[in-house]
Amino acid sequence: MALQKITNVTGRCVTVPGDDVDTDRIIPARYMKCVTFDGLGEFLFYDVRFDENKQPRQHPLNDPRFQGASILLGGNNFGCGSSREHAPQAIARYGFKAIVAEGFAEIFFGNCTTLGIPCVCASKSDLQAIAGIVSSRPEQEMTIDLVNLKIEIGTQTFPCTIRTSAREGLTRGMWDSIGELLEGNDAVDRVASGLPYMQR
Amino acid sequence: MPSFKRKKDIMGKTLFEKVWEAHAVRELSNGQTQLLIGTHLIHEVTSPQAFSMLRALGLKVRYPHRTFATVDHIVPTDSQQEPFPDFLADAMIKELRKNALEFGITFFDLPSGKQGIVHVVGPEQGITQPGTTIACGDSHTSTHGAFGAIAFGIGTSQVRDVLVTQTMAIGRLKVRRVAVEGKLRSGVYAKDVILHIIRKLGVNGGTGYAYEFAGSTFDAFSMEERMTVCNMSIEGGARVGYVNPDETTFAFLKDRPFSPKGAAWDQAVARWRGFASDPDCRYDDCVEFDAGAIEPTVTWGINPAQAIGIGESLPTVAGVSESERASIQEALAYMKLEEGQPIKGLPIQVAFLGSCTNGRLGDFMEVARLIKGRRVADGVKALAVPGSQDVAARCRDMGLDKIFTEAGFEWREAGCSMCLAMNSDKLVGDQICASSSNRNFKGRQGSTTGRTLLMSPAMVAAAAVTGCVSDAREVFKQ
Repeated sequence: MALQKITNVTGRCVTVPGDDVDTDRIIPARYMKCVTFDGLGEFLFYDVRFDENKQPRQHPLNDPRFQGASILLGGNNFGCGSSREHAPQAIARYGFKAIVAEGFAEIFFGNCTTLGIPCVCASKSDLQAIAGIVSSRPEQEMTIDLVNLKIEIGTQTFPCTIRTSAREGLTRGMWDSIGELLEGNDAVDRVASGLPYMQR
Repeated sequence: MPSFKRKKDIMGKTLFEKVWEAHAVRELSNGQTQLLIGTHLIHEVTSPQAFSMLRALGLKVRYPHRTFATVDHIVPTDSQQEPFPDFLADAMIKELRKNALEFGITFFDLPSGKQGIVHVVGPEQGITQPGTTIACGDSHTSTHGAFGAIAFGIGTSQVRDVLVTQTMAIGRLKVRRVAVEGKLRSGVYAKDVILHIIRKLGVNGGTGYAYEFAGSTFDAFSMEERMTVCNMSIEGGARVGYVNPDETTFAFLKDRPFSPKGAAWDQAVARWRGFASDPDCRYDDCVEFDAGAIEPTVTWGINPAQAIGIGESLPTVAGVSESERASIQEALAYMKLEEGQPIKGLPIQVAFLGSCTNGRLGDFMEVARLIKGRRVADGVKALAVPGSQDVAARCRDMGLDKIFTEAGFEWREAGCSMCLAMNSDKLVGDQICASSSNRNFKGRQGSTTGRTLLMSPAMVAAAAVTGCVSDAREVFKQ
């Protein structure tokens, strides 16, 4: 399956502050009453962006200065909790192409990678420095270089990390593994035939 | 170094390594493993998009006899009568029914008498077995690890992968042995054990790890208690949690509908025994807790690690490390609580007993024993929601439903209910709920300002009858 090789992402940023931002907050459960992922972008961070009367609250995503941002900056343990793919789907459909955070929850990280959304880690102090630049110059574009594992914003460069398997998949255009998994069908049947509980 | 290699060859293995090796198909080009998933559990919320992808690609379900469906998240619990009043929920059950029929999948549908929360149904049907790999589009899939299975919560794209290939791409996890040694004090439960572990190791302490829960406390636990702990592994960041299979495991599985029968049973037990971690295996990390030091534990904040013993007070902002301050302040503000205030005595408006963490027969038996002859406090809405139709039927056979209704609980039908409020069971405004569920995230129980306090079923019962957070040992004179 030929997919785009994602070697770098360039765009403007917006910071969603705080550690342990869970997937219920990213997409509240009531918006999972659907049989497609269409339209989920609208409900991204809904309950922290809007009040009970659907009026906008003060939130970075509602701030006109950050409209059009395509890189999300987060804290530690970003995407914890529920395994719902609705969360990365909402993030992607809102228009984000990549996330930079201090750390990611395991299942969320895998879900994002499969959708071609790089989740790269930067140190807390570097993230603070980047957030500072973004806050003072929202129009400043940033580039995440997945080949050389660095983040460039203005004249500054910061190191970043990403799990090797994710980097391999993204940069070689193999981030969705379904094609490669299908090639293993014969080997799958061999392994399954040796497991008593897999038999009819 | 040949000597090193020889030593490695004779070194024992963890259950995780053994199960992984038995199911590893091949290495993928990105370095991950193509891992066979022997048992795939699906439900209505995270599967419909996967089936749409199958149709779009013209693909079939590769091992339909190893795929099992149930409906749980969106089911109304006041009445399971169809059509559901919520047309979105009604569309979801119809979609799952259609998909199960079209792709030849066993569906524990509402009329089957076997419907329930996916992590309650799998074990009670005997589908969850030692030495197997299990995946489900739900993070609490770790529950099934209680049987010595390696069970992964996955996203919808991976549900698609498992449907069409019976495998998924995944990197190998490290293994941390989390031992709890000794006897729990009276009135302290499995729920307190896992809340304590998460409190100590943190909500992301388990990232990259499988947790092997071990030690004499786990040896003495029932399967239901082991499930309660494994269920919340993910709340500590560990995608997988498991307990080595033993006689307790085998006794639970004997004669279940999907358990092996006759000679196959004896062969299976012999095989299952072999999956347990070897005494000389190597762990990537080990931690140990003293069971006797664990108190009835209650969360006060907006993540499951923000928990304290019932006799303790909330942290103070000055009393925590610099890096924790922002989180503590955010939690205090959301929960409308004062730093340093005691948790005991905090008024509650709702009590919820149920969920994949604590919605099993033993949970209802224990609470029924405690509340018999007592009344839910005025102004408290108390819900008892069995985890499955089977649990509900057994409760009815034992007359437990009457004990609950006489005490003032609403006795409901099986589903996820107010754990995540995808049906009509929701908090209203900033109500505080004493809940036996697993997550206290902002807005989790259906109101954007609702407040959740996680605790054991006995502590939920104590809060229900007193109207405030209470020490169950004092309320019920244990």
